[in-house]
Amino acid sequence: MANLTLVQAINLALIQEMERDDRVLILGEDVGPNGGVFRVTEGLHKRFGSKRVVDTPLAESGIIGTSIGLAIAGLRPIPEIQFEGFLGPAYDQICSHAARMRTRTRGAMTIPLTVRVPVGGGIHAPELHSDSPESIYIHQPGLKVVMPSSPYDAKGLLISAIRDPDPVMFFEPKRIYRAFREEVPEDEYTLPLGKARVVCEGDAMTVVSWGSSVVQCMQAIERSGRSIELIDLRTLYPFDMDAVEASVKKTGRCVIVHEAPKTCGFGAEIAARIMERCFLYLESPVQRVAGFDTIMPYYKLELDYMPDADRIARAIEETAAY
Amino acid sequence: MPIKSAFTTSIDHVSILDAEARFDEKLGAGLIPDADLVKLYEHMCICRQLDEVAFKLQRSGRMGTFPQNMGQEATSMGAAYALEKTDWLVPCYRENAGLIWRGMPMEMILLHWMGDERGNAIPRELHCMPLAIPIGTQMLHATGLAWAAKYRGEKRLACTFFGDGATSEGDFHEAMNFAANLDIPVIFFCQNNFWAISVPGKIQCSAPTIAQRAVAYGMDTIQCDGNDIFAVVHCVRQAAKLAREKGRPFFIEAVTYRLGDHTTADDARRYREQAEVDSWKARDPIIRIRKFLTAKKLWDDAKEAALAERAEREVAAAVERAEGIAAPNRTDFFNHMYATIPPDLALQRDTAQTHGIGQDPSQIEGAVIELPAKSAH
Repeated sequence: MANLTLVQAINLALIQEMERDDRVLILGEDVGPNGGVFRVTEGLHKRFGSKRVVDTPLAESGIIGTSIGLAIAGLRPIPEIQFEGFLGPAYDQICSHAARMRTRTRGAMTIPLTVRVPVGGGIHAPELHSDSPESIYIHQPGLKVVMPSSPYDAKGLLISAIRDPDPVMFFEPKRIYRAFREEVPEDEYTLPLGKARVVCEGDAMTVVSWGSSVVQCMQAIERSGRSIELIDLRTLYPFDMDAVEASVKKTGRCVIVHEAPKTCGFGAEIAARIMERCFLYLESPVQRVAGFDTIMPYYKLELDYMPDADRIARAIEETAAY
Repeated sequence: MPIKSAFTTSIDHVSILDAEARFDEKLGAGLIPDADLVKLYEHMCICRQLDEVAFKLQRSGRMGTFPQNMGQEATSMGAAYALEKTDWLVPCYRENAGLIWRGMPMEMILLHWMGDERGNAIPRELHCMPLAIPIGTQMLHATGLAWAAKYRGEKRLACTFFGDGATSEGDFHEAMNFAANLDIPVIFFCQNNFWAISVPGKIQCSAPTIAQRAVAYGMDTIQCDGNDIFAVVHCVRQAAKLAREKGRPFFIEAVTYRLGDHTTADDARRYREQAEVDSWKARDPIIRIRKFLTAKKLWDDAKEAALAERAEREVAAAVERAEGIAAPNRTDFFNHMYATIPPDLALQRDTAQTHGIGQDPSQIEGAVIELPAKSAH
């Protein structure tokens, strides 16, 4: 076991998958000798060479579009989009092609593609470097969407994503890239896509979250002193509604926390599913603590935008008191 | 200091068999053996028949929107003929002649335009991508496919087709830039047919040739008469040689013309002159080959009559196969979304016909539900 940050865990997963399978290659802007702007691919260019760790021209659609061709030809490309705000130019290739190729060709062609994208706020970055666009990609049929919240999960989920035969959007919450360390096995392991993690158990209330908000939830729960069950979804499509259902039926109360804007955020889907499946078990309305329906503000106000432990704690108290 | 030239270039235009069937022996001798040319001619005529029948199928309500290929048969077929069978063909949607030459069953193309996705289940060994509907996006896929061949040390190319309109798209430029800078053996085959629906070529590109766009990317390029199959074969062979030997991309601008409307949903009379269309009818690639074959005593009226009968028969059989296929299962569209269907989606599929709202039946357990009588359709 090694005590690793999330960045180091992802780096280790990439190394191990590239060593194991020579179909795996990395492409993107600055991923080569520079090791990526967050140093996630540090050392890989030196280790595997410029054939397998490829600095491409500055062009997001080009990175995803060529990855689609590479994948159809049987390789396992891992394109990196430097920041989630630059997914826009790649959206057409992701949604018009990567997501649809399997069904369009009746299964004749598959796109085993893992798009790595740092997401979210909290690191004092410029405009378009702090957004949370996961709902857009969850809403697109044909994609899988993953967002880990810890180094251990990041490694296991990334290896699963690379080996998955379908296109995976792998969102990395940049706020916790180096925020803490965790014991991570040095050997390879996988975590199944579509399975949630019960971070802590409890019977008075369920909190559902993903990404860096999980860390904020843990702080709020610790402060509340209540018996609260925290579920980290880990994979957002497919998502583990069974885990949420089981927990809410046990606790009767639920707070959903995410950083993305509230309207049409993934919390709305979870809340609707709880209504479908757990209506008669609910003791209180399902609450959402989310980002606001505004553009993510420049960084002087970013912490006022993002759900923090105070807002989550208040939602917990209101829900408990209902 | 005197001002010096930083860069000069010129772009060749290749024509071997012109509209009057004059033949450039120097360039064209031995390029396409007589027997092959006869086969190519026959194949073009059969594809023209398919094109005309498809148009009628649409007009009579038996098929959806269809983009006619009429007038552009020489480009994709010439390329398909000049390439190896293991090279990838990455089409847009006006390349029937090339795809069918490669081995795509005609009924699959009909099925596609009949709104049946089974038309896209392309046999892997054909090395063809499905028809691409978005404009210009497939050039990046071709670049990736050729990149994968290079990665594996295979001498395999990709050839991607697109129109003049696509050269305005961002993905065109990204694909050209990736291929040139990363040394990827892909052939960019522009079919300059002068019209992007109603928008004329001069609005896509103010330079005298589209080919010169390739120069800016440091890519070798050539322009050819796209209605001359000899010129197409000559240029594609030249491109393929460079790509295979040096791993370099190549850009071909084939000057051709769309004789029909953009699609059956379009009426080109609204924006272009009949005189222009007529002038291009005189340059039809099919007429040109027939004149050439007739002059060489390789073709005559009896053969033409037999071919017309054969084309009619083969296309009618393809239509029969396409229309005769059993209707797809009502839940078929769920099944190819993922390699393994996620449980929630499986539930939606399994309940789509019973409850119609994709919910777990246990949710309504015990409730008394009376459904209204099923409507006639």
